Amino acid sequence: MSMQQTEIAAASPAVNDAGMSPLHKMIFLVLLAFLLVLPFVVYPVFAMKIMCFALFAAAFNLLLGFGGLLSFGHAAYFGGASYVAAHAAKVWGLTPELSVLCGAAAAAFLGLVIGALSIRRQGIYFAMVTLAFAQMVYFFALQVPFTGGEDGIQSVPRGKLFGLISLENNISLYFFVLALTFAGILFLYRVVHSPFGQVLKAIRENEPRAISLGYNVNRYKLIVFVLSATFAGLAGAIKSQVFQLASLTDVHWAMSGEVVLMTLLGGMGTVFGPLLGAAIIVTMQNYLATFGAWVTIIQGVIFVIGVLLFREGIIGVISRWLKRPL
Amino acid sequence: MSIALEARGLTKEFKGFVAVKDVNLSVEQGTIHALIGPNGAGKTTCFNLLTKFLQPTRGSIVYDGRDITGMSPAGIARLGMVRSFQISAVFPDLSVLQNVRVALQRRRGDSYDFWRSEKTLRRFDEDARAHIDEVGLSEFVDHRAAELSYGRKRALEIAATLALDPKMLLLDEPMAGMAQEDVERISALILKVAKGRTILMVEHNLSVVANLSDRITVLARGEILAEGDYETVSKAPEVIEAYIGATDE
Repeated sequence: MSMQQTEIAAASPAVNDAGMSPLHKMIFLVLLAFLLVLPFVVYPVFAMKIMCFALFAAAFNLLLGFGGLLSFGHAAYFGGASYVAAHAAKVWGLTPELSVLCGAAAAAFLGLVIGALSIRRQGIYFAMVTLAFAQMVYFFALQVPFTGGEDGIQSVPRGKLFGLISLENNISLYFFVLALTFAGILFLYRVVHSPFGQVLKAIRENEPRAISLGYNVNRYKLIVFVLSATFAGLAGAIKSQVFQLASLTDVHWAMSGEVVLMTLLGGMGTVFGPLLGAAIIVTMQNYLATFGAWVTIIQGVIFVIGVLLFREGIIGVISRWLKRPL
Repeated sequence: MSIALEARGLTKEFKGFVAVKDVNLSVEQGTIHALIGPNGAGKTTCFNLLTKFLQPTRGSIVYDGRDITGMSPAGIARLGMVRSFQISAVFPDLSVLQNVRVALQRRRGDSYDFWRSEKTLRRFDEDARAHIDEVGLSEFVDHRAAELSYGRKRALEIAATLALDPKMLLLDEPMAGMAQEDVERISALILKVAKGRTILMVEHNLSVVANLSDRITVLARGEILAEGDYETVSKAPEVIEAYIGATDE
């Protein structure tokens, strides 16, 4: 009996619906333990940057890997939210958790408007429409006074959590960021493994068939778009608190490209791929910074090698070896 | 007998080209109705119009006494009118069980609850297994649908469709690309599921539907050429001409 079960599991790596599998639970626990020690080993701001991008990539992966929708304009939500959160903290004087919430809410609203207009197109047209909207957000950020144009919003105060705990200290900020990003990633995991996620996968696999079963696919696509935008926004909002800065870099189209890169390198449609992809790209940018403009070229080479050697991304390949979904 | 599905003056034009022209079709409740015709007769267009995957240029469609001309394809599926596809329609990366469960999931209405665990779907497992059992796929329950053979994918598709317990089935060339023994197996399956249901099927071949259908409508060049039972239709000179003419081309 047990042998037969292993055989079936081995034959079907993509199938699992028993809530969170023990393997995933273990990986999340190890990851959490690792992240609890990390700020005492490396520079906390660097670790926080990785976590922000990990959440950003995980949110993007929800849309691409599970919704089957390639958005080329996710910088709009990431950067848009970072502006709103920075403005809320600096001008309105809100506490960090409320500022971050404002940022995520703004991204959700932006996602709802852009999503409603984009999901009617498919494939490359969908990607182009999302890119066009993201460019509109970019030029908006460049022109309006509250974003500070080329300067961005600088020296954003980190403030006091719930008005009580000061986050000026990098370590205390680190645990605030860890709690938010980890909860965000777990929530995205739940979305994928929910009744909604099940229908979403069905739509990705065979849209006409999902329609013929009576599913209103556009509504599912819109919901997943808004969820993805919201969590991309949450990531951007947190980043603006960490660096005390919201700038044009975060709304630039290159940022939209970077998140695609992270997701594909790590493995789209996997749970842990985007997190690893984000960690690799951020680490590279950090440690190769001395090479200046060469970073982009090195990144490009790594991407090409990645695509040639592991088409399913690093985690995708490991998942195939282990014959287990990761 | 009452009419399950009725099309009145159904017309579809594509940039001046008339694919379907003034088609009047009545499918009686509880019968198997076949829509046949040579290549390019407009069968598939007609089928897509009836299933709302295409919007007609003119004409109206009434299902179960209700005008469905302006409805969405997902909307008519909810009314109990479910279509199949020429290419077997399964969700390749989902397991056999999940494939059927996604159909059963429709019973809970919409599944917009992204915050709930998928464990809530386990209550459909028993029903799903019963449907899988019925089409003889029990031993493949946990396999990915992509791993199944062509015939088994078809069987899985039927299991998922039956899980919706539709009142009316629309089958798009269910025997296309099948070996003879599979054709017989699927014919038997269609006769079995036809009990208490209305079926409209599109076919290329007249002989395939001979023993299967109660009524046959022959379509050629977008228009209805003949209608009646197999005896009448197969002997009609215009039908013979249309088929021979088509093979000559």
